[in-house]
Amino acid sequence: MAIHEKSLIRPENLITHDNLVIDGVDVSGDWSTFIRTRVVTDYNEALEDEISALPGGELIHRCWQCGSCTNSCTVNAENPDFNPRYWIYLIRMGMEDELLRDKDIIWQCVSCNKCTTICPRDVVPEGVMKATAHWLELKGHTKPSNSTIFDEVFSDQVIKYGKIEDGEVLKDFLKESGQPLMQDWIVQMVKNMIKGLPVIQLMKMGWATVFHPKTKDWSKARDAINEYVAEEHAAQKKALGLDEYKDAAE
Amino acid sequence: MTVIIDKAALKKKYKKVAYYPGCALEGSAMPYDKSTRAVGKALGLELVDVKDWNCCGAMEVKNVDPEVQTYLSSRVLSNAQHKNKMDVVMAPCNGCYKNLKEAEYDLEHKDKSKQVTARISEKAGHETYEAGGVETIHALDWIKMGYGEDELRKKIKGGLKGLKIANYYGCMYTRPRNIFPEKAEGAGGDSLTKPHYMDDLLAVAGAENVEFPLKTACCGGAHTLSDSDMSTKLVLNILEAAEAAGAEVIATECPTCHSGLEMHQIRALKRLSKETNVKVVYFTQLLGMAMGLSARKVGLNGNISDSRGLMKEKGII
Repeated sequence: MAIHEKSLIRPENLITHDNLVIDGVDVSGDWSTFIRTRVVTDYNEALEDEISALPGGELIHRCWQCGSCTNSCTVNAENPDFNPRYWIYLIRMGMEDELLRDKDIIWQCVSCNKCTTICPRDVVPEGVMKATAHWLELKGHTKPSNSTIFDEVFSDQVIKYGKIEDGEVLKDFLKESGQPLMQDWIVQMVKNMIKGLPVIQLMKMGWATVFHPKTKDWSKARDAINEYVAEEHAAQKKALGLDEYKDAAE
Repeated sequence: MTVIIDKAALKKKYKKVAYYPGCALEGSAMPYDKSTRAVGKALGLELVDVKDWNCCGAMEVKNVDPEVQTYLSSRVLSNAQHKNKMDVVMAPCNGCYKNLKEAEYDLEHKDKSKQVTARISEKAGHETYEAGGVETIHALDWIKMGYGEDELRKKIKGGLKGLKIANYYGCMYTRPRNIFPEKAEGAGGDSLTKPHYMDDLLAVAGAENVEFPLKTACCGGAHTLSDSDMSTKLVLNILEAAEAAGAEVIATECPTCHSGLEMHQIRALKRLSKETNVKVVYFTQLLGMAMGLSARKVGLNGNISDSRGLMKEKGII
């Protein structure tokens, strides 16, 4: 019977005796290693297949749990709860409820690709993190993260025009994610930026915000990309057994 | 397998290359574009802009669909090959560089990438890029291999006068490893774990490179706005490690890293009251100044991190 390690040492599962003496020996304290026998029944057998059906998750089945991903992880160094190896384990075991405990931090993967570079089985853990974050959103377990909002604002501009304008990305993202534009550090940054610049360059930057940079003859590429993305997203919806699929490209 | 690098052949090949600036270098990273062009001109290395280029997909489009990102990058490669008739494309931005390399890899190894790229290219009405058509290089390869340290030494006027530099390469110059096979070949090439091309060039330019342990650490660039608190922490690690190593300047070769360091240096001060004074400067700006180009010519006034005072004090400008 499969067990999973973290639940054994969670406070509510610890068996504690403040004052326990057996045959004259004081054995008071935490009895976590002598946990009750139990059976896990709430598997989601489809979980691994669903993650594999999303871009980036295709190779999750290769994982042999060496832990190199978590060991090398940039975000794990800042937050020990961010644990790619453990999440890959839960997904492969079908432990959906356990995975959902961490649903609000999985999107924080910064795509530094240290895991993907060190992984001896070419699992591409970075891709698995992205697939898992998407899965959580598609299934309605989480709202679109700031990362997803940023990806969509950015990609919308690329697909529409062929190029982005970074001032517009910043402005649109802050609006879409409900943040004020005039934050102290952003104001200070802009002040420092324009301090040394000649007027001509400032005019160039102003021009770019009014007339969005565009790639020549882009419209046919735009239409072909939109058509392909719509097909892919419909196929993903089907793989996850969802009736209503919120198209990320919308 | 050991590959012996034919330096003479590369020197000839990289003398004239297609130039892919990318979106950042036309926007927030204008100083990087300006200094790259100025250094190229001063060294007699010719840059031909990729015709009608588009965004490579950066770090975002792959999360909407990875094959669309491959297509976007393949279109840039296709234009360089078919419209510019060039066989090398140089990208100074790590994001562009990595994406073009990744498209090259995927179009060689993944059937789905080949099919999707062919399908969209056909509908968009341009030639489908096929793997092996052009070689993608970084601005570091371009100067190190296309010009060479011995020649560069002769071009240094004034130099960097022992300026203490921490060389910061970020993530996408060496990761993921599979798309940079040439960096695992050993002698002569760059390294996946301890890259040194920027160190080499700046040493020739008269810098004193400090021992910097976070050369390939992550600045959180992909989430620089969407998870700013995390990015501020990651950037602060880098800034503080550079200062602890004795650096006066962090040299950068990626616009995302560069603006991430600049932004979160300010944010760390505003939100965490953590002050750091190390300056952030593009390596092409440093090289240009070492060669006697003016601060204005290399766009030093366009950086958010104002290093003009330090450069004057050191007698570099």
